[in-house]
Amino acid sequence: MPAVQETIDQVRLIDVDQYKYGFETTIEMEKAPKGLSEDIIRFISAKKNEPEWMLAWRLEAYQRWLTLEEPTWARVDYPKIDFNDLYYYAAPKNQSGPMSIDDVDPEILKTYEKLGIPLREQEILAGVKTSKIAVDAVFDSVSVVTTFKEELKKAGVIFMSISEAIREYPELVKKYLGTVVPTTDNFYATLNSAVFTDGSFVFVPKGVRCPMELSTYFRINEKNTGQFERTLIIAEEGAYVSYLEGCTAPQRDENQLHAAVVELVALDDAEIKYSTVQNWYPGDKEGKGGIYNFVTKRGDCRGKNSKISWTQVETGSAITWKYPSCILRGDGSRGEFYSIAVSNGHQQIDSGTKMIHLGKNTSSRIISKGIAAGVSQNTYRGQVSTHRKAENARNFTQCDSLLIGDRCGAHTVPYIEARNASAQFEHEATTSKISEDQLFYCLQRGIPEEAAIALIVNGFVKEVIQELPMEFAVEAQKLISISLEGSVG
Amino acid sequence: MLEIRNLHARIAEDGTEIIRGLNLTVNDGEVAAIMGPNGSGKSTLSYILAGREEYEVTEGDILYNGESILELDPAERATKGIFLAFQYPVEIPGVATMQFLKVAMNEQRKARGEDELSTPDFMRRVKEAAAGLQISPEMLRRPLNVGFSGGEKKRAEILQMALLEPKLCVLDETDSGLDIDALKIVADGVNALRSPDRSVVVITHYQRLLDYIVPDTVHVLYKGQVIKSGDKTLAHELEANGYADIIEAAA
Repeated sequence: MPAVQETIDQVRLIDVDQYKYGFETTIEMEKAPKGLSEDIIRFISAKKNEPEWMLAWRLEAYQRWLTLEEPTWARVDYPKIDFNDLYYYAAPKNQSGPMSIDDVDPEILKTYEKLGIPLREQEILAGVKTSKIAVDAVFDSVSVVTTFKEELKKAGVIFMSISEAIREYPELVKKYLGTVVPTTDNFYATLNSAVFTDGSFVFVPKGVRCPMELSTYFRINEKNTGQFERTLIIAEEGAYVSYLEGCTAPQRDENQLHAAVVELVALDDAEIKYSTVQNWYPGDKEGKGGIYNFVTKRGDCRGKNSKISWTQVETGSAITWKYPSCILRGDGSRGEFYSIAVSNGHQQIDSGTKMIHLGKNTSSRIISKGIAAGVSQNTYRGQVSTHRKAENARNFTQCDSLLIGDRCGAHTVPYIEARNASAQFEHEATTSKISEDQLFYCLQRGIPEEAAIALIVNGFVKEVIQELPMEFAVEAQKLISISLEGSVG
Repeated sequence: MLEIRNLHARIAEDGTEIIRGLNLTVNDGEVAAIMGPNGSGKSTLSYILAGREEYEVTEGDILYNGESILELDPAERATKGIFLAFQYPVEIPGVATMQFLKVAMNEQRKARGEDELSTPDFMRRVKEAAAGLQISPEMLRRPLNVGFSGGEKKRAEILQMALLEPKLCVLDETDSGLDIDALKIVADGVNALRSPDRSVVVITHYQRLLDYIVPDTVHVLYKGQVIKSGDKTLAHELEANGYADIIEAAA
């Protein structure tokens, strides 16, 4: 694994407590008035030039949301959010939707350059080394650029911002939106349904294998602004797509909210591979600032023998509340969840998955690796259930936690419900500490402490890293080591 | 090579004194055996030489090539050429043995201001050293020490020793848990590394290992002190008569 050496070099180069993506882009923004009301929702809908049905859908969700209470069951602790003290829409002036790259504000282009996200197709094509990746770049409430749209279209793949898709493919959107995560699902999903601004839409038609990796890069830039991402991915019969999302935000003293909804639909024999590298600003050493990441992600294996796999590397955010799940509806369908959740400093993570077995002969696999350092709290919460008609459901769950230091906590909360006697569920869980013995052993071989921790942690997460697309595996390894900077001593 | 002068050391946590005025000199190229009954401080001595923080030196000094190493951390000592073959090698899950070797070798080279090894050069060195110790490529791909048999663990220790080319090798009970065939392989590996500018301290409970790694000097450790030194015949004497006579004579 060549990445290990890079990881170690990276660790050495960077001082304690460095979030590299914490810079701010100064450009003129257009915002909705502060607060949340029907008028604000109408404002957003108008900005997006939405059809009437979409506005009605949002307003209904808003009415519902007004009746809901914020959930408190997660093992996270934060002051109550004042939902009327936020901006729900912020977009660069003169850009309410994606445009040709030559028309995009150069400051925005510079931002993505700094973040290492390629937005110019010819530059990507010029780089022989990396394989082609299409990018949808979402800046606060708006998608600014989507690359390779034309080339993908030739293959029959639709890849565009969800705002565009609502206008250009209303029937497709109507058919699938809210069918996996209904507007009534939970507090944050309902809020998202009312106020979502942008995200990606992917449609891979029957029999098509998407010719390149798709990715969306979410950037929160504006102060006091919530980002409400909405992503919808559909793979028709026999289709395949691999999709990756990345997230960063500036370093600020105030907390910011990111409440996303992601829906995946896989029809017969289709496969969707969804990877996340989440690196929102985690807050400072004292726990000040950082993103509240309250996310509902769910995949529906609607067709027989369909497959959905979630892979996540979670290193950022002050608070993470996130359970990417699979509904295994089709007979013979398969769900997978591979997760690395790293918490350091004052971060709090409550994350895991749900595998709902409804069809016959369905199987699921959960590999979760939690790493806690500093004074952080890291909880795995997962549910595996079978419907009484789901014959021969199988699940394998492995939850491993690694503690660095003695002031952090790791918790595992599995919920297992088998309503059919033929179900076979296996659950393994371990909690370990990087032991003094392991560290001393590495030191004795001349490996300095930071490098030794990077090595041991890389070993711990290896099974999950292997699941990431190659291009991102190296990046993810670096990120994990950086997140654990300053966690010893 | 090594000079230990009136060394006193205790467990940092509870203050229990383990080493009580130990003196020992090991010359360049010498193989010195340290023997003693359980609890005499043998393993503690190996940890103190390697710089483990759990032990606190309260008096005396350890000179390595004429310089005190007490202020150096374990990684610095390793980089200067002190190697400890562990009695109980530690498992590093998910880290292939090969990968561990590469990181260790390159970290030491970096600390000494040398260039990193090229991959072909690294592979060649590992292949050569592994062959002599009957270590298969398959074993090198497995995570370090995870699921290794007793013999595999000890062979992996000697492999690291061969590749890191230390000046002072400390073997802590390297014979424990080995059958006779494995013992021979390990001893051959150690003997192959004997050279005029490399010294070896062999810590062992039994004479058996010393039939294969023949020492130049033998030292008996008891209650944290060297109570008797001699040549290899001392080991045979201990084997025949046990420690009781020597302990009595020293008392």
